[in-house]
Amino acid sequence: MAVLVRVHDLAVSRGGRRAIEGVGFTLSAGEALILRGPNGIGKTTLLRTVAGLQPPTQGRIEADPDAIAYAAHADGLKGALSVAENLRFWRAVFGGPPVEPALAAMNLIALAERPAAMLSAGQKRRLGLARLLVTGRPVWVLDEPTVSLDAGSVALFAGAVRAHLAAQGAALIATHIDLGLPEARVLDLGAHKAAATAPARAPASFDEVFG
Amino acid sequence: MLALLIRDLRLATRAGGGFGLGLAFFLIVCTLVPFGVGPEGGTLALIAPGILWVGALLACLLSLDRIFALDWEDGSLDLLATAPLPMEGAVLVKAAAHWITTGLPLVVAAPVFGILLHLPSGAQGWLVAALLLGTPALSILGAFGAALTVGLRRGGLLMSLLVLPLYVPTLIFGAEAVRRGAAGGDGTTPLVLLAGITLATLAAIPFAAAGALRVNLR
Repeated sequence: MAVLVRVHDLAVSRGGRRAIEGVGFTLSAGEALILRGPNGIGKTTLLRTVAGLQPPTQGRIEADPDAIAYAAHADGLKGALSVAENLRFWRAVFGGPPVEPALAAMNLIALAERPAAMLSAGQKRRLGLARLLVTGRPVWVLDEPTVSLDAGSVALFAGAVRAHLAAQGAALIATHIDLGLPEARVLDLGAHKAAATAPARAPASFDEVFG
Repeated sequence: MLALLIRDLRLATRAGGGFGLGLAFFLIVCTLVPFGVGPEGGTLALIAPGILWVGALLACLLSLDRIFALDWEDGSLDLLATAPLPMEGAVLVKAAAHWITTGLPLVVAAPVFGILLHLPSGAQGWLVAALLLGTPALSILGAFGAALTVGLRRGGLLMSLLVLPLYVPTLIFGAEAVRRGAAGGDGTTPLVLLAGITLATLAAIPFAAAGALRVNLR
């Protein structure tokens, strides 16, 4: 099986403070890895680092940045555009597969022409997840993908993840709830919490200097 | 890149997009000035080039913080950063969208506003040429300011302070070209310098703005 992501001895910092350290895992095609850990331990920071949005404090990540599709808490939707327009835009940017199957997979066909501003929180989330399908990228990096989804939609999402894995994709998911993916491995980040005495770094971003 | 341009133009022209805001602001500035300095044609004609350029600068500034702030708020910027599109390309496209929705309408409407300010008819052509060559620099420099302040609370004010000084060369040469035209002279030299400034900013600023965005996204 092709290894898509390999992480060695990774440490990440948030706000100049080390959050987690010593994390290592590999993610092969067809695999899902679920990250667990209490609020604030640094799951989001870890996922952003794997997605290439911020540099690791220590360690290294071997992954093709063009293989990763990242989905955060915010769905990146424009309220003034319709559901289909939002999706077509991301498809054009990523050059992935057509939007109709993605709409169907997330049960959004009936809403396709509705402005995204009119959607409920759960419907927005489903549209955000449909975006993953049109990126055509093999590695999904998902941050709390099931927030505001009802039980039926969670099952729909789990089905989409399973289909993605079956197509030699991979998924790295931070979540608190049971997704109904018993085949997924689980990595508990609680064991990797950085020691309180870990050296802090110099300010890492403009936010800290000016914020 | 085309998809991003089309999306930004579509968003600007839909409800709440702010299209025409800069133009309306420009119109108000040009109608307020005669009330302030009095309606004598001679005085107005003298200050018209400067007023028109300062008005264009401020009209551009109005919508600058929307370039990246909206995409940052809804998470699109994170997704664009992980997209195959290089960040520099995204900056260039978003600046272009800003120019098409703000700078281009100013260029088209400027002769009408010139009449409001008694700009001599000989200078109208120079005004349009100067705005056409100069306003792209306003948008791209503004994109840099917007990239630096994205994610800051009340970043708009800080951005104005950062960006307005960068507009000084464009203002000097742009207004000079129109002033020479109004005096019946030849404004080619300042126009060429204006075009040079625009080309230099187009070449260098996307890299600086993309760097600033990457730091701000961390």
